[in-house]
Amino acid sequence: MAKKLMKGSEAIAEAAIRNGCRFFFGYPITPQTEIPEYFSERMFEEDVNGCFLQAESEVSAINMVYGAATTGVRAMTSSSSPGISLKQEGISSLCAAELPCVIVNVMRGGPGIGSIQAGQGDYYQAVKGGGHGDYHLIVFAPSSVQEAIDCMGKAFDLADKYRTPAMICADGIIAQMMEPVELPEIRDYKVDPAKKPWAATGYDCKNPVGQRADVTSLYVETEELDVLHERLQGTYKVIEANEVQYEAYNMEKAEIVVTAFGTVARIAKSVIDELEGQGIHVGMLRPITLWPFPYEAVHKAATQPGVKAVLDVEMNAGQMLDDVKIAINGAQKIEFLGHCGSHLPTVEEIKAKILAMKEGM
Amino acid sequence: MAVEYKATQLLTEKPRHYCPGCGHGIIHRLVAEAIEELDVHGDVVGISPVGCSVFANNYFNFDMVNALHGRAPAVGTGIKRAKPDSLVFTYQGDGDLASIGAAEVVHAAMRGEKISTVFVNNAIYGMTGGQMAPTTLVGQKTTTSPNGRDADWCGSPIRICEMLSTLEGTYYVERVALDSPGHINQAKKAIKKAFQYQMEGKGYCLVEVLSTCPTNWSMSPVESMDWLKENMIPYYPLGVFKDKGAE
Repeated sequence: MAKKLMKGSEAIAEAAIRNGCRFFFGYPITPQTEIPEYFSERMFEEDVNGCFLQAESEVSAINMVYGAATTGVRAMTSSSSPGISLKQEGISSLCAAELPCVIVNVMRGGPGIGSIQAGQGDYYQAVKGGGHGDYHLIVFAPSSVQEAIDCMGKAFDLADKYRTPAMICADGIIAQMMEPVELPEIRDYKVDPAKKPWAATGYDCKNPVGQRADVTSLYVETEELDVLHERLQGTYKVIEANEVQYEAYNMEKAEIVVTAFGTVARIAKSVIDELEGQGIHVGMLRPITLWPFPYEAVHKAATQPGVKAVLDVEMNAGQMLDDVKIAINGAQKIEFLGHCGSHLPTVEEIKAKILAMKEGM
Repeated sequence: MAVEYKATQLLTEKPRHYCPGCGHGIIHRLVAEAIEELDVHGDVVGISPVGCSVFANNYFNFDMVNALHGRAPAVGTGIKRAKPDSLVFTYQGDGDLASIGAAEVVHAAMRGEKISTVFVNNAIYGMTGGQMAPTTLVGQKTTTSPNGRDADWCGSPIRICEMLSTLEGTYYVERVALDSPGHINQAKKAIKKAFQYQMEGKGYCLVEVLSTCPTNWSMSPVESMDWLKENMIPYYPLGVFKDKGAE
């Protein structure tokens, strides 16, 4: 298929449609507003025939997703950091009710209303909870528009497979830039009651076939809640064992390994390419899934023969750094370079940091 | 022909947890019988709220979805948009609908969402143990208004039917009560009418049912019925506030 030049936000929306998503509920917030805008037109075109609805709030939008998801269809919402905070009650509930859906967070600078430029400060929120209770989301962090498209397909498939919400953590830069991309073929998603017996697809108590839907996040008795947690934690273990995704880049002769995700990883890659040209060997381990986190891959990269240090670069105060430290578990020296808010680490400062580290070796 | 009294199959046989004299048991039955009489019971999704009727999933014998506090109209919107031919209704109390879920109900009504709401108003938060609701009457004592609701400090109670009937999107709005057999019959007629309109593809319908909470009102079931009649109905007048189908 020929490549097409597309803006990230529009590519994300189109990828959702092509993967069978016909229900979008959202609310305007910069820098993701192009996603609902795109859906507002595209959902009503003949080859799609879906539903776009602008909700009265982020809270309502996620609860509309919850409603649609109970019927088994593929549904999603998108927002940006402050809006994702508002969606947290719904996200926690979707996890407890074991409902598949996709949530896109085009991260901006926080905390509070923050800035409207790109940010990475929602790592903890996405990966460590955000809402209340013991749960996980499958979290993807694309670092290009093409990867954002690919992640949308995987997010919907894995959400259905594991009955859990999945999140795409993009950032303002991924959503706003244009890149040549290849889109998947458009496909329909038909709800199969045999595959989703829990879904509200109709139940006639006078002629019962299948089971009556009883969708809830309420488990009043401790014993009942224990059963839910056993199931959830069991699912999380399977996801951790099977769904980790990462990119290892230029690792062959690496002396320093950079860990970074999303747009920042892309900047780091430019530095790595430039330094390689000067005979300085720097590799990169880039998580594509922030949860499940590639602990083993990071450990292996950090302890590979020849590697003398790790540099974690992020657009936050060092949130993924916690997981990098857990992965490495004291087996390698780790340094950090990062800025909070929307302050993007530059090629020059990453390069200077690596050269300083190299000098100290 | 002999009139036979039979329990509807649309309610499960699970023992109810409701207190003696609580209106939920009656309202559950009215809802189930209305659906059965309309013969649409195979394609219904009921949305239970947070509050005493949070356990309604166990009692209605059709597809049931529990919503977060106040969010039932948003959840109902998602369901109805995905299943436009199903009968979708929310079952909500006054704390749920008139307080934390005020935005959701107003906007579902504004959109003319083709769902129905059974709004159970007993002027108090029941499940959490009798706190002041937006519908609590002025002077009414609750655990968070121990000296009686003070209108200067926290305003006067909200009249949901009156407010929602001003919106273009609402199709049918009626307030009924459980204080007498006649009123109970009227309540069932109203609920059935709301469901009938939905099946005809009309806009948003809401039936407010004035109900009792003897436990948190600190009254006997009989006293609570009298209290409803003497105190609630004068502030919350019964009747049809809007019926576009009758115009």
